[in-house]
Amino acid sequence: MKSVSQGIRKKDAMALVTGKPVYTDDIAPSNCLIVKVLRSPHAHALIEEINTTVASKVPGIECILTYEDVPKSRFTMAGQSYPEPSPYDRLILDKRLRCVGDPVAIVAGIDDRCVDKALKLIKVKYEVLEAVLDFREAKDNKIIVHPEEDFKALCDFTGTDAKRNLCSTGNFTFGDVEEELSKCAHVIEQTYHTKANSQAMMETFRTFTELDIYGRLNITSSTQVPFHVRRILANALEIPKSKVRVIKPRIGGGFGAKQSVVSEVFPAIVTMKTGKPAKMVYTRKESMTSGSPRHEMEIKVRLGADEKGIIKAIYMYTLSNDGAYGEHGPTTVGLSGHKSMPLYNGANAYKFEYDVVYSNTMGSGAYRGYGATQGLFALESAVNELAAKINIDPVKIRELNMVSQGEVMPAYYNETANSCTLDKCLAKAKEMIDWDNKYPCRDIGDGKVRSVGVSMAMQGSGISNVDTAAVEIKLNDDGFYTLMIGASDMGTGCDTILAQMAADCLDCDVDNIVVHGVDTDQSPYDTGSYASSTTYITGGAVVKTCATLRNKIVEEGAKLLDCKVENVEFDGQKVFSLKDNKEMSLRDLGNATFVGGSKLLSASESHYSKVSPPPFMVGLVETEIDKLTGKVDIIDYVAVVDCGTVINPNLSRIQVEGGIGQGIGMALYEDISYDKNGRMRNDSFLQYKIPTRLDVGNIRVEFESSFEPTGPFGAKSIGEIVINTPAPALANAVYNGTKVNIRTLPITAEKIVMGMIKNEK
Amino acid sequence: MQIKLWINNKVFEDDIQSDILLIDYLRSKGFYSVKRGCETANCGLCTVHLEGKPVLSCSTLTVKANGLHVTTLEGMKEEVEEFGGFMADQGAEQCGFCSPGFIMNVLAMKKELVNPTELEIKQYLSGNLCRCTGYMSQLRAIKKYLELKKED
Repeated sequence: MKSVSQGIRKKDAMALVTGKPVYTDDIAPSNCLIVKVLRSPHAHALIEEINTTVASKVPGIECILTYEDVPKSRFTMAGQSYPEPSPYDRLILDKRLRCVGDPVAIVAGIDDRCVDKALKLIKVKYEVLEAVLDFREAKDNKIIVHPEEDFKALCDFTGTDAKRNLCSTGNFTFGDVEEELSKCAHVIEQTYHTKANSQAMMETFRTFTELDIYGRLNITSSTQVPFHVRRILANALEIPKSKVRVIKPRIGGGFGAKQSVVSEVFPAIVTMKTGKPAKMVYTRKESMTSGSPRHEMEIKVRLGADEKGIIKAIYMYTLSNDGAYGEHGPTTVGLSGHKSMPLYNGANAYKFEYDVVYSNTMGSGAYRGYGATQGLFALESAVNELAAKINIDPVKIRELNMVSQGEVMPAYYNETANSCTLDKCLAKAKEMIDWDNKYPCRDIGDGKVRSVGVSMAMQGSGISNVDTAAVEIKLNDDGFYTLMIGASDMGTGCDTILAQMAADCLDCDVDNIVVHGVDTDQSPYDTGSYASSTTYITGGAVVKTCATLRNKIVEEGAKLLDCKVENVEFDGQKVFSLKDNKEMSLRDLGNATFVGGSKLLSASESHYSKVSPPPFMVGLVETEIDKLTGKVDIIDYVAVVDCGTVINPNLSRIQVEGGIGQGIGMALYEDISYDKNGRMRNDSFLQYKIPTRLDVGNIRVEFESSFEPTGPFGAKSIGEIVINTPAPALANAVYNGTKVNIRTLPITAEKIVMGMIKNEK
Repeated sequence: MQIKLWINNKVFEDDIQSDILLIDYLRSKGFYSVKRGCETANCGLCTVHLEGKPVLSCSTLTVKANGLHVTTLEGMKEEVEEFGGFMADQGAEQCGFCSPGFIMNVLAMKKELVNPTELEIKQYLSGNLCRCTGYMSQLRAIKKYLELKKED
């Protein structure tokens, strides 16, 4: 193989490092109207009166829209396949405001100055309502977040009941958990709490819109889900999907944030109303306060094991806060159980129950890990507590209990782990960090202790039977190929890795494959870049499409060479028949197809998967904790990953390093928090700190490749799993150094010190 | 108000509003490499050079550049391509949105620090946030680049 498994440069790398204007705001027409939104200062209120007369008179203002001006069909902003599990619970602008930051009015004008002025002149009279801000009190509260009659849930399985503030509820049972727990020698019963986090991608949400020469709405947006944007905007604006075109330029990071429609609706409705191009660029503050953050979850775990530490039963109950709107609520919660429990596949019984509630905080969304991150913090922490309770090494308890290749996983939809080197990952990680010599800790003087912590993780690869992707490959003159994809490269490099796969399938150099970014008018359908699907699902489509195209090349070659097709072969450079002693170069074939007498060659295949094979990984961390102040420094982070075949080692490595960096932020400081009125306290990078390069220590990554039989070239996913180990591993390191269990993220110095003081008493 | 400044060694004479920030002025003149990642001077994405020294253009009034030389990524093509190649070889650009500000600061660091230690590198660049990479690949790229420059 020439390209696959090579760490080649991304196709767009040099354009990006030389600062080419390739992002949404760089390519927006200069005559775009500037669109901004007046946002609710209240967590729960009704608009009694809204007066825009004075504001409209500001010179340069083109339009001001209120709830009276927008379509009345509810929709969801969640970028999911139709019918979406997320309820249709939104309007572009609503009379009822359900969180601080909810849009009250849309203002469009010729520049920032006039729009800012007009925003201040809109007069709104609110009827302020009591809000439900604590998600633990939301279920069956007398305050109902979505009392509206036209609220609509599309999927029965979500168990949605808006009158109870339930966005979703459900359960899963295998075996008899109560019976098994009653027989266990050791039971851990604890509650863990993970917080809402902002994805904090460097490019905030942004979109520009215009009408094209056919009168269709063209949307250029920083999105992971162009085809879902097309449907969502058609729903929101009550226009046919055929009237919407979505273009995805380069994206300045997504991490799931852009798996929801966020900024798109505002300029879109302005363009529809005015006929003029319009642009909305979210401020960082707006991205923080009105984005699509990780679901806050409180997870109760009951974990039972026999006297030797063999895990016999796992119970998990997840309470998830969806906030004011239901985007991704019914689906993220499932991962908290189904993508944590299967790591301990030997149990006799599993039970998983959940509620996803509405409350008057910012609506949630998709963030890398998508519920698995939260569930793994809870379960991995519980396993570490179990190990401590029965006094065995937390690495050892994993060696005794971890899932291994070939096993059927009852808690994972009865799928079989066809590819799994988790055991090798753990062994290698252990060696890399010198676990046996460092566990649990050593005092290094000056009140400081160095300790180590462990976590395992899993995820999926695409959504089984839901995610689907097509690609199209065309043969051009001189024999180069155009690879058309609908998957969204958001910096991750999928344009490149899909070309690497195509190059190997077509036996050519990767430079012979031209890749085209996403335009819903031209690109083949793809559900989008989320759910760790692109390498696995879209990659599968690439492999199939190349096979079809190769057949076509052979057929057309045979015709042009006047040979029997069964005698003709294609080696990437030429079609030839050894029997007839004839050959034609790919270059000549390509050129021949561009004139009469031949035919143009292209192929397009779509792909989905009936399974979602989990990647696996192990994260081990060494920390230095100052016992006086509780400050935690990361010394070394070791990660070993089984993502199946590694398609591009450089890009995979950076997925791992980057995911761990984000996970460290989640573990140690990131915590979206609200004041008593529901206003976000930390709505900027001054207060909401993400890791700098001084904070992440040294991250070392290795791969222990398995071969996934259903994956392209044996590949599984890598994008999401990588954020899952830092929180539980760091909590474990803190425990091993201080004997303090931190069960509520983030793991702050204050919590550690308070825990140590409590332990001393 | 009237100003005169040099951007990438080309002179610009303009009548500007006194409160326009340098980042917005530069973007309005087509220097799109200059990016904004926050409004609070925390992210480093908007880094440009003012008289050869790195500044945050989001926190610099354009008038402050009056009579001075501003350099953006577009103005350092050769160095940028050279160091950018090291980034690309690691895959360290990822989404690329923070790359321009980061590279401007790396190039400033190269001028300012002689044989910096790893810690000195991290400290110099700590104001340049990146959410994609976890920073390790950027460090690998810098080290390789500095090694090469040492040999030169």
